[in-house]
Amino acid sequence: MNGTAIEVVGLRKSFGEQTVLDGIDLRVRSGSVFALLGPNGAGKTTLITILSTLVRPDAGSVTVAGHDVVAEPEEVRRAISVTGQSAAVDGVLTGEENLRMMARLSGFTAAESRRRAGELIDAFDLAAAARKRVKTYSGGMRRRLDLALSLVATPPVIFLDEPTTGLDTRSRQALWDIIQDLARRGTTILLTTQYLEEADQLADRIAVLDHGTIVAEGTATELKARVGGEVVELRDAHGEIVREVPTDGSVEALRDAIDTLDALRVPGASIGIRKPSLDDAFLALTGQSVQNVPQNTSTEKEVVR
Amino acid sequence: MTALTVPVRPTRRVSPLTSTLVFVGRSVRHSLRDVDALTMAIALPVILMLLFTFVFGGAIDRSGDYVQYVVPGIILLCAGFGASSTAVDVANDMSDGIVDRFRTMPLRSRGVVTGHVVASLLRNLVATGVVIGVALLLGFRPTADVAQWIGALAIVALFILAITWLFAAIGLAAKSPTAASGYGFAVLFLPYLSSAFVPTDTMPDWLRWVAENQPITPIIETIRALLFGRDPGLDLWWALGWCALIVAAAYVWAAWLFRRSAGRR
Repeated sequence: MNGTAIEVVGLRKSFGEQTVLDGIDLRVRSGSVFALLGPNGAGKTTLITILSTLVRPDAGSVTVAGHDVVAEPEEVRRAISVTGQSAAVDGVLTGEENLRMMARLSGFTAAESRRRAGELIDAFDLAAAARKRVKTYSGGMRRRLDLALSLVATPPVIFLDEPTTGLDTRSRQALWDIIQDLARRGTTILLTTQYLEEADQLADRIAVLDHGTIVAEGTATELKARVGGEVVELRDAHGEIVREVPTDGSVEALRDAIDTLDALRVPGASIGIRKPSLDDAFLALTGQSVQNVPQNTSTEKEVVR
Repeated sequence: MTALTVPVRPTRRVSPLTSTLVFVGRSVRHSLRDVDALTMAIALPVILMLLFTFVFGGAIDRSGDYVQYVVPGIILLCAGFGASSTAVDVANDMSDGIVDRFRTMPLRSRGVVTGHVVASLLRNLVATGVVIGVALLLGFRPTADVAQWIGALAIVALFILAITWLFAAIGLAAKSPTAASGYGFAVLFLPYLSSAFVPTDTMPDWLRWVAENQPITPIIETIRALLFGRDPGLDLWWALGWCALIVAAAYVWAAWLFRRSAGRR
């Protein structure tokens, strides 16, 4: 599988009147980590459901691991695994039973399944809870098990739909380590996220999805560069940011920005100048900010469903 | 973390039989772990049996022999109650991410529904055994020989299979587990409008016509005939035909609903 692992051309999808994906073009290189960044409702999950053969596209062509998702879904399914936004695990079964079931369904014999489950339990640090029902797991443990289930048969392409949404910082870091380890070993990973930091940390390339279209694509550095010059920030006496003003980097713009901030008359204030962050880029590209604080416990979608 | 990426993907294909057996195992585990539901599945038939024999029985049949008449009806009523939980089990599965995970794997994912159906069949055969055991204690005295016993149990099993597939399809059609439970309840009234508890000639004409031409009545009469060593005659063929029709229709409906619901949660 040299070259392209995922190729999407002119993809459209509507549900009734509502257009969810409005002409998507994407190319993901084999062995790379690709992040789809976008706010809630941008169409990230719909794109994943199409890439993973769950939903048929209305128009356009979608190829995963060299196979068309509509014409050869079975071949695509052999090459992928999906880790969903809501942990797709069986809550009634134990962690070990989940792994063994998935191994059996992947074509392992009973004895091989037992061994494979054991390996993954060790690798994902689930030994203490392996014989407990998944219902009793914490959010972080569920996600680790969810990812372990996806790796039972080491597919060449993995889709991670918001893998760390709702996790605490420590669990998120643990999951990032696993994802980076997978990437180092040559697995192609396409992940969706609402967190800029996550895309920045993990991804080789990032596509910004907004209202069903890709508004920008490139490396984190390229996206940041698209915003242009420096950002001037005003901090109060405690070092908290009061206001940020993006500039084009020219002397006049910087002077104007400083004048504007000075006019606020914040006591004990200080001014700093920094390079634009991915958040600034996102704001400039989509006209809205995204959650930059992953500690948030649940997304709207999870509550509604 | 070597375990993560050792190239372990087996090359052999997973046959529909293998995956379905794995799904059956999963559903049986689910049944065994839901202690409350399992207790109800066993206790409810016994309660119904006592209710019909001692509370209603005396009024319906003053000879005190009502137990001989009502047992086949209780068996079917209980099988219906037992099977109805399949609608909730299936609806629960569909509202959860696990089925979508199965769908993204190279296997026949609708086997997950078959798994629930087979588990329900096993569960309800156990419940049927308990009903018959309690009935024997209460003075139920069937006169069937071994072949007739086997025939009666086979009809019961076929009925359980048919109604379970119907409940599985209802579970797929329902928007939520709660709705599934509600729709399922409607089906459970069918035995009351049949010869299960009272002979149909006691009913007003129009109701009698309904009762005699709905599937439950020939199934009941077949079981009753076999248990008491009589020839079920035409009722047997009606019973087999109805069961086959319900299984086929519900299976096709369920398969269609299952395919349609991909990616919709």
